[in-house]
Amino acid sequence: MPYKLNVNGKVLEADVDADTPLLWTLRDTLGITGPKFGCGIAQCGACTVHIDGKATRSCVLPVSAVGDKAVTTIEAMENHPIGKKVQAAWMDLDVAQCGYCQPGQIMAATALLAKTPKPTDADIDQAMTNICRCATYTRIRAAIKQASGQKVTA
Amino acid sequence: MTLELTGASRRDLLKASVVGGGLVLSFSIAPKAGAAEAGAQALNAYVRIAPNGLVTIMAKNPEIGQGVKTSLPMMIAEELDVLWENVRIEQADNDPKLFTRQFAGGSLATPMNYDDLRKVGAVARAMLVNAAATAWNCPSGECKTAEGHVIHVSTGRKATYGSLAGQCAGVAAPDPKTIPLKDPKTYKIIGQPKRQYDTKKVVTGQPLFGIDVRVPGMLYATFEKAPVFGAKVATADLEAARAVKGVKKVFIVEGGTKLDGLLPGVAVVADSWWAARKGRNALKTTWQDHPTSKQSSAGFDKRAAELNAGAPQMNLRKDGDVDAALKGAAHTVEAAYAYPFLSHAPLEPQNTTAHFKDGKMEMWAPSQNPEPGRQLVASTLGIKPDDITVHMTRCGGGFGRRLSNDYMVEAAWIAREAGAPVKLLWTREDDMHHDLYRPAGYHYFKGGVDDKGNVVAWQDHFVTFGEGEKLASSAGMGGTEFPARFVPNCKIDQSTIPLGVPTGPMRAPGSNALAFVNQGFIDELAHAAGADPVAFKMKLLGDAPMVGTGPSGYNAGRMRGVLAEAAKMSGWAARDKLPKGTAMGVAFHYSHAGYFAEVVQATVNPANGAIKVDKVWVAADVGRQIVNPLGAMNQVQGAAIEGLSHALYQKITIVDGAAKESNFSNYPLLRMAAAPPVEVKFVITDYPPTGLGEPALPPVIPALCNAIFAASGKRIRTLPIDTKQLKA
Repeated sequence: MPYKLNVNGKVLEADVDADTPLLWTLRDTLGITGPKFGCGIAQCGACTVHIDGKATRSCVLPVSAVGDKAVTTIEAMENHPIGKKVQAAWMDLDVAQCGYCQPGQIMAATALLAKTPKPTDADIDQAMTNICRCATYTRIRAAIKQASGQKVTA
Repeated sequence: MTLELTGASRRDLLKASVVGGGLVLSFSIAPKAGAAEAGAQALNAYVRIAPNGLVTIMAKNPEIGQGVKTSLPMMIAEELDVLWENVRIEQADNDPKLFTRQFAGGSLATPMNYDDLRKVGAVARAMLVNAAATAWNCPSGECKTAEGHVIHVSTGRKATYGSLAGQCAGVAAPDPKTIPLKDPKTYKIIGQPKRQYDTKKVVTGQPLFGIDVRVPGMLYATFEKAPVFGAKVATADLEAARAVKGVKKVFIVEGGTKLDGLLPGVAVVADSWWAARKGRNALKTTWQDHPTSKQSSAGFDKRAAELNAGAPQMNLRKDGDVDAALKGAAHTVEAAYAYPFLSHAPLEPQNTTAHFKDGKMEMWAPSQNPEPGRQLVASTLGIKPDDITVHMTRCGGGFGRRLSNDYMVEAAWIAREAGAPVKLLWTREDDMHHDLYRPAGYHYFKGGVDDKGNVVAWQDHFVTFGEGEKLASSAGMGGTEFPARFVPNCKIDQSTIPLGVPTGPMRAPGSNALAFVNQGFIDELAHAAGADPVAFKMKLLGDAPMVGTGPSGYNAGRMRGVLAEAAKMSGWAARDKLPKGTAMGVAFHYSHAGYFAEVVQATVNPANGAIKVDKVWVAADVGRQIVNPLGAMNQVQGAAIEGLSHALYQKITIVDGAAKESNFSNYPLLRMAAAPPVEVKFVITDYPPTGLGEPALPPVIPALCNAIFAASGKRIRTLPIDTKQLKA
C-alpha cells in the first residue's frame, strides 16, 4: 500500500508492503542509496538514518512503523548544522578507507553531537557502535573530537 | 582462474610484471565517448588534457579502500608535472589491453605500477614539451615544465598544457626508455598527504558502490545456495515463491561443482529486493546429500591430533639434526598451536548488476579481480570475452574475498535467464555461509635454546588442508618461513586433511596465521630462556644483512631496524614500570615485501579474564618512498586493528559441512570501544617502494598474545582468544 514518508524535508510516496524495512523503501523504491545494507539485523549500523533526530537502524524498521516522523538520511547532512561539521571533519581527516560504513558512522556521530556537544572518549565508545570493517576507528574518534571543537589527539 | 597470492606464485606474479615483463605501458589512445571534457585531448590511455588545463587521469585498478584510486594517479601526476588541484580522476573499466593487469591483491599496486605509471606521466610530459618546442622552433632541451606549463627557460615564454595538448594528437609517443624520471627530491605530489579522491562523495552518501548501481528496467535477485558447499537442490516450492507479490521469475540453476564458480541453487527475481527475499522465504528448499556434510571443525581438530601422533606425510625443510639439538639444548619447549577458519565479511555484501542484450553482457561489479571474472562469465555462459563489458565500481571492502567472482557469474546467469537487467545482492548470511574462508591450521612445535640464548632447534609439524602436495587455496607454508634459515637445526613437516570447504586468500594470506604461531612460539622460547623478548629476537635475527637471495630473500637488517624502532617507540625498556596486570608483547613479520615490527600493550583483568588493548606501536619499512602518507597511515592503523579483531573475536566453525556463524551477531567484529590508539612510524630505507594493504596485519596478533602472556602468565596457543582461560 502507498505510504507517505517525510524524508529529508519532503513528503515522498512509496507503494510497498507494510513489512518492507525503511532501508529498502529508501534504497529501492525512493532511490535514496546513501543508507547502506550491511547485515539486515541492526548489528552493523551501515543503514543508520535519523528518525526525529535519533540515530536508527533502518534495516529492521518496517515502513509501516515510520508514520509521519521525520526521516533524515546522509543525503541531507550538508544542510544539517551539526551534520555538515561532522562531514567536514570526516573529509579533513580523510577518515574513510572503503567508505561503505561511513554514511552510517556520520549519522551516528551527528546524533551523538546533537545530544552531547563535547563527547568524552567514553561517550564516543558508548554511542559509536557501528562496525567499520576497515577499522578506521582511530580517525572516526578524531573526527568526532574535531567536529565538536575538542583537541584531536589520535 | 584463482589468483593465488601467497608464496612463490605471488612472487612470480610480481617478477613477471615488474622484472621479466619490462615496461608495460599502454600508449594507445583510449577514446571515451561522451565522457571527455569539451575539446580534451588524450595523450595516452591514462591522460587527457582539456583546453582549460583540467587533467583527467584514469585510475586503473579496483578501489577497495586501499586508496589506489588516489595513489596511482599521484604517480602519473607527479611526472606529468601538474597541480594536483587540477587533476580529475576517473575509474577505468576492466580493459587489460589498455591497462594491463587490473586487480587489488598482494599489496602489489605500488610495486607493480610505481615505475610504469611515473613513466606514463613522464612520456606525456615529454610530448607536451616537444609540442611547445616545435611551436617555438627551439630544441626541447631548452624547455622545462612547472605546474601544467611548458616554459622556455632563457626567454621565460610560457604555454599551458591545455593549449599544447591538441598539438599532440596523432603524434607518436617517444620511447619511454629515453625519458628520464624526476629526482625524487623534487617531488611535489608523491610523498605529500593527499585525501582520497572520492572522500567527499563518500561522506555525502553518493552512489559509488556496486550495491548502488541502478539500470533502467532493472530487477532484483537473490540466490539461495546449499549450506553444505556445492550440494544440489533436492526440492523447492517454486510456485509458492512465484505467488509472492512482486516476484517475477523463480528458477533452479543447475550450476557446477567448482566452489568459486556458479554453484547449484534457486534464483528469485522480483521488482524489489525485499520482494525477492520474501519469495525466497517461501521456497522451503531442501538439498541433496553431499560428502562434505561429514566434515566439521571438531573432526578436523581430532584428525590433526591423530596426524601429529603419526609420521608426517611430507617434509618441507630439513637442516642439521633437530633431535640431537633438542637433546643438547639448555631449554626445550613443546607446544600445539591452532587457528580457525575466518570469513572476510566485507561490509558491502556481494553483488553484481548484469544486463544481457543482443548477445552482449554488460556488468557492474565490485570485484578485486575483474578480468578473471569476465573469463569466468565467458566460459560458464558460453559468451565470447570480447562481448562482455565489466565496469568496476568502488568495493565496500575487499580483504581478498572479491578476488573470486562467484557473485559475478551468478548475476550474469540470472540476468540472461531473466531477460532483463538484474541486480543480484547477497544477504549477509549468504556472504558468511558462502565465503572462501581463511583456512584453519595446526602447528605442533618443538624448540630448543642453548645456554647462551641461541635458538638451536626448531621443529614444526604443520597440519593443513588438502591432499598430499595439492593444498587448499592459501593453506600453504613455504620452507623458508621465518625462523627457517635462522636456526641451524630446523625441520618443517606437513600433513594434510582433505577439505570440502572453499578457502581463499584473506588479507595477508598465510602470514595472518603464520606470524601468530611462529612469533608466539619464539616468544615461548625467549621466556623459557629467561631472556628479554626483544633482545632474544634481535639475536635470532643475527648479524647478516641478507639471508637467502631472490624472491625468498629475507633482509634481516631491515627487520632488525624496525624491531629496534618498535622497541624505542613503545618504551619497551621501561615496561617493568607498568602496573601489575599490564604488559607489553612484541612480534615482527615479513610479508608482501614489507618489514613490520609491532608492540602491543594490554591489560588483563584477573577477575574475569577480560582483555583491554591499551596501545599498539608499529614500525614499518616499505622502502624509500611512502606515496601517500595520509592513506598509508590509515592502512597501517586499520590493518593493526583488524588483526586484533581476528585475535579477540573471529572464528568460523564448520558443523555438518556448513559454516555455523551467520552474521555479526555470532561473528563479531571489533568496534570502537575496543579500538586502541595505534602509533605508526615509517622507517625509510633505500629500497623500492612496496605495498601497505597487508603487511601491517600479521605481527599484531602474536604481539597481543605475547603481551597477554607477560601480563597474566597464560599462553595463547589457540585463536580466537578464550578470555575464560585468562581468569586468575
